[in-house]
Amino acid sequence: MSTFVELVRRDLRLAWREGGTIGVALGFYLVVVTMLPLGIGPDLNLLTRIAPGVLWVALLLAALLSLGRMFETDLEDGSLEVLATGPLPLAGLAAAKSLAHWLTTGLPLAALAPLLGLLLNLEPEAYGVLAASMLAGTPAVSFLGAVGAALTLRARRGGMLLAFLMLPLFVPTLVFGIEAIRAATLGSAAFVPSFLILCAISLASLVLAPLAAAAALRLQLQ
Amino acid sequence: MKLIAEALTSIRGERTLFTDLSFAVEAGEALAITGPNGAGKTTLLRTIAGLLKPARGALRLDPSDPEQLLSQRCHYVGHLNGVKAGLSVEENTAFWCRFLGGASARIDGALAAFGLSALRSIPAAYLSAGQRRRVGLARLLVAERPVWLLDEPTSSLDQASQEMLARVIDGHLAAGGLVVAATHVPLGLARSRELRLGAEAQFARPA
Repeated sequence: MSTFVELVRRDLRLAWREGGTIGVALGFYLVVVTMLPLGIGPDLNLLTRIAPGVLWVALLLAALLSLGRMFETDLEDGSLEVLATGPLPLAGLAAAKSLAHWLTTGLPLAALAPLLGLLLNLEPEAYGVLAASMLAGTPAVSFLGAVGAALTLRARRGGMLLAFLMLPLFVPTLVFGIEAIRAATLGSAAFVPSFLILCAISLASLVLAPLAAAAALRLQLQ
Repeated sequence: MKLIAEALTSIRGERTLFTDLSFAVEAGEALAITGPNGAGKTTLLRTIAGLLKPARGALRLDPSDPEQLLSQRCHYVGHLNGVKAGLSVEENTAFWCRFLGGASARIDGALAAFGLSALRSIPAAYLSAGQRRRVGLARLLVAERPVWLLDEPTSSLDQASQEMLARVIDGHLAAGGLVVAATHVPLGLARSRELRLGAEAQFARPA
């Protein structure tokens, strides 16, 4: 357990010092959401209607940008091989890296989303739900993303492959994340089931994704 | 303590690197793996470290420990150093110490043994290749593990650093550890044997 915490702490420290990954994701998110209303025009009703979808899609794309680097830096400097000889099983390693990714990318993006909602004329009652659905949904993005990152680890310029791999895996999170917000703003009872399914996706990926990522890592180390 | 390899066969892609390779390394002994480029030296070390599965054959460390895998009783220092450019020398060493389950009191000694005490607060990004190599090697001393697997440990080390490394390895051997090193240059060790990999792997005489 302590090795798990050590690894998370090291990754947080590196992310904080190097700053690049958090900055790129947040910057990308900000740019996409800022440019969209300019492209669509000042139709406030339209913006309100598409706001949840835009915020979720842009968040997934921003997270995808940094997913590829999750294991790559450790592979490049040889740390991954040493980590693999440590007392932490590979699944624990994948879980620690995923958690660190969530803390440095998923969480900041989810925190930025309500702010960006202002640019899209998001309905006032949707802010709380937006924040809740993103907090519940973003762990799935990081943990499922670890599987894709591990699978494409040795693929040079594997960014496109990673995007294609992650597309079907992210769809349930996207659908139920948007549905939860829409249902809440319409005052429909569909909010609770959508939100609970979103939580279930995150919890399931918390448990299953590290195992899949560990199997992929074992192959990549061969 | 004895590291035993029985009839190891390694196949990478279509190519068979070595077949039926058997050897034993006793406590206090160093095994130097030599051979031309591409002969399978790194593959053999990675196999012992548990990163690669041999196509056939088995590896074990006697007496066996049911709690720990062989890979968890090995220090592996490969071509790459496992040093994070964003962390200082001390932070790098301290991370590996905690992650590999060493005592933090050993960090100072490890840094001193490789002449890194004066560099401890410098970020690893500013180090030269040889200094970075020494930071990678300092990992050997922070956590106690009986088997050291070293892949070209002297690469980019200057004469003084090579002597430091030889002293550290001698100390490990004297304490009953064992070392398997892939190398092109003699490490200058007292108790060392040579295993030559080539077209036909075979056991050579004590070097």
